[in-house]
Amino acid sequence: MTATSAQTVIAPTRARTAAAGATVRRRQGFQHGAWFVAPFLVLFALFVIWPLLRGLYLSFTDANISGDATSFIGLDNYREALDDPLVWESLGHSAYFTLLVVPCITVLAFLLAMLAHHIERVTWLWRLCFFAPFLLPSTVAANLWQWLFNPGTGMINHVFGIETAWLTDKSYAMLAVVVCTLWWTVGFSFLLYLAALQGIPAHLYEAAKLDGANAWHRMVHITLPMLRNITGLVVALQILASLQVFDQAVVMMDFLPGPEGSTRTFVQYTLEEGFTSYRVGYASAISIIFFVIIAAVALARMWLLRNREEGGR
Amino acid sequence: MSTAAQIRVKTRKTTGKAPRKPWTASQIVLTLLGAAVSAVFLAPLAWALFTSLKSETEAVEVPTHWLPKDWTTQAWSAIFETGNITNWFVNSLVVSVCVTAVVLSVSALAGYGFARTEFRGKNALLGLVMTGLMVSPAVLGVPLFTTVQQMGMVDTYWGMILPQCAPAAMVYILYKFFQGIPRELEEAAFIDGAGRWRVFFTIVLPLSRPSLAAVGIFTFIASWNNFLWPYMVTNNPDLMTMPNGIATVMNSYGIQWAQLMAGGLMAGLPLIIVFVFFQRQIVTGIAHTGLAGQ
Repeated sequence: MTATSAQTVIAPTRARTAAAGATVRRRQGFQHGAWFVAPFLVLFALFVIWPLLRGLYLSFTDANISGDATSFIGLDNYREALDDPLVWESLGHSAYFTLLVVPCITVLAFLLAMLAHHIERVTWLWRLCFFAPFLLPSTVAANLWQWLFNPGTGMINHVFGIETAWLTDKSYAMLAVVVCTLWWTVGFSFLLYLAALQGIPAHLYEAAKLDGANAWHRMVHITLPMLRNITGLVVALQILASLQVFDQAVVMMDFLPGPEGSTRTFVQYTLEEGFTSYRVGYASAISIIFFVIIAAVALARMWLLRNREEGGR
Repeated sequence: MSTAAQIRVKTRKTTGKAPRKPWTASQIVLTLLGAAVSAVFLAPLAWALFTSLKSETEAVEVPTHWLPKDWTTQAWSAIFETGNITNWFVNSLVVSVCVTAVVLSVSALAGYGFARTEFRGKNALLGLVMTGLMVSPAVLGVPLFTTVQQMGMVDTYWGMILPQCAPAAMVYILYKFFQGIPRELEEAAFIDGAGRWRVFFTIVLPLSRPSLAAVGIFTFIASWNNFLWPYMVTNNPDLMTMPNGIATVMNSYGIQWAQLMAGGLMAGLPLIIVFVFFQRQIVTGIAHTGLAGQ
């Protein structure tokens, strides 16, 4: 403050006054800007950052559910986690689920959006039909499919004339969860694709038509390239959501880990350790491992995206 | 050519009744295909509805069949008489409305703050919010629970509502959107002597209505359907929301399928009605937020 005014007095050039003006403006901005973001930041600090830091701290302790009688045990939880077969198994289940769901959802959402976009009549009806499952709570969708997959009284086996023990055979249980998830969540990606399709300027197609491009050419040279960004978004959102799968799997399996633990996902294992075995420290450690995995996926996506953008330019 | 098309679209919107295009062969094929796909999509819902109109004994009959032989609303009246379903419904409504209101206010303010104002540490804070995109109750449920427990908010409305109120994703979406608003609009107002807040409330917010609608609706859907967090934070059947009550309490009696299906449809119905009325706003809202064209 004093330095600035002294300088201004000594050399009151135009440039310096302008600089001082900019400082004042920035200071004013500081106040205002901080007030705009403050309410969010308070909630964010309390319910995101603090739990993250707390989880990091707890992961080095042997805390139980009530949080008392804890002692610092260093990296023991992490060491144990790396040797724990259930950590790897449940991580594998989440990854398997993700690998099945993400490509299927992306393709299905795209096809449904193309269909809904090109039918000219009762547009609202198609949107509603394809989006409606997403409007159900996950638990309701899960109960519904549990009921559909029920070997004796369920509709799936009845319609296809088969006798598969969907929910009690470990080679089919996760597939059943995947089918439920596809039906339940495809609507969200479908809407993203639909909005993106509507955003493609019509004159591109008209110009292409004048040049004699057929429907296939227009699809390959206009639609698909114009949808590249939304596809990236859909894939990224789906990967993050699928890695965190929990609701459908537990509800379809009556809150158990499925036949021979075959639908126990990573989130489920974390919660089992935290709320059933009351090992909060250990659960925190595997949560942190999970957070690192999620962060790595998200960062990899950002990195790929940046490289592609630079390449594109 | 394109103007003619635009005019046609406009008249369709204003009059409501379109001068119908003739059926072409490709439109007939596409419509039939759409109807077939929709039928597959809606079949599980139809089965839920038919099951809910069967008696409990008929629901579990083998071999199964689509339509009830004896139509009965027994399951529907049972969930109202015996269950806590009206209670859960009110809880869901309170929680979702509060979450949506808080999320809309704080994320609009924060999105604008990050997009258009300057303050020290802004970029660092923005980076922190990006970190938040990766944290959810699924990832850090146990530490979040112990935090909420420390605050004494387990088994309270606060405990259910507040932790859902800091979605970094919504801030990020609105931040991206606000960045796209032309600066000239604001600068003209600044020259006229308006302050930041005035500009925000009188210029920026009205312009962002479609985006805010999309954010609000998606927040409401997410909150109404949220299972995991309320499942962790409350064990009290009186405080449960619809998805929780249905999944945990109704199942714990030994599953009564007709009732379960009736309850499930009850839980889904409000959002389906909302969507029927707002579906156009939702799609344009997605396009507006720049989500789709990112």
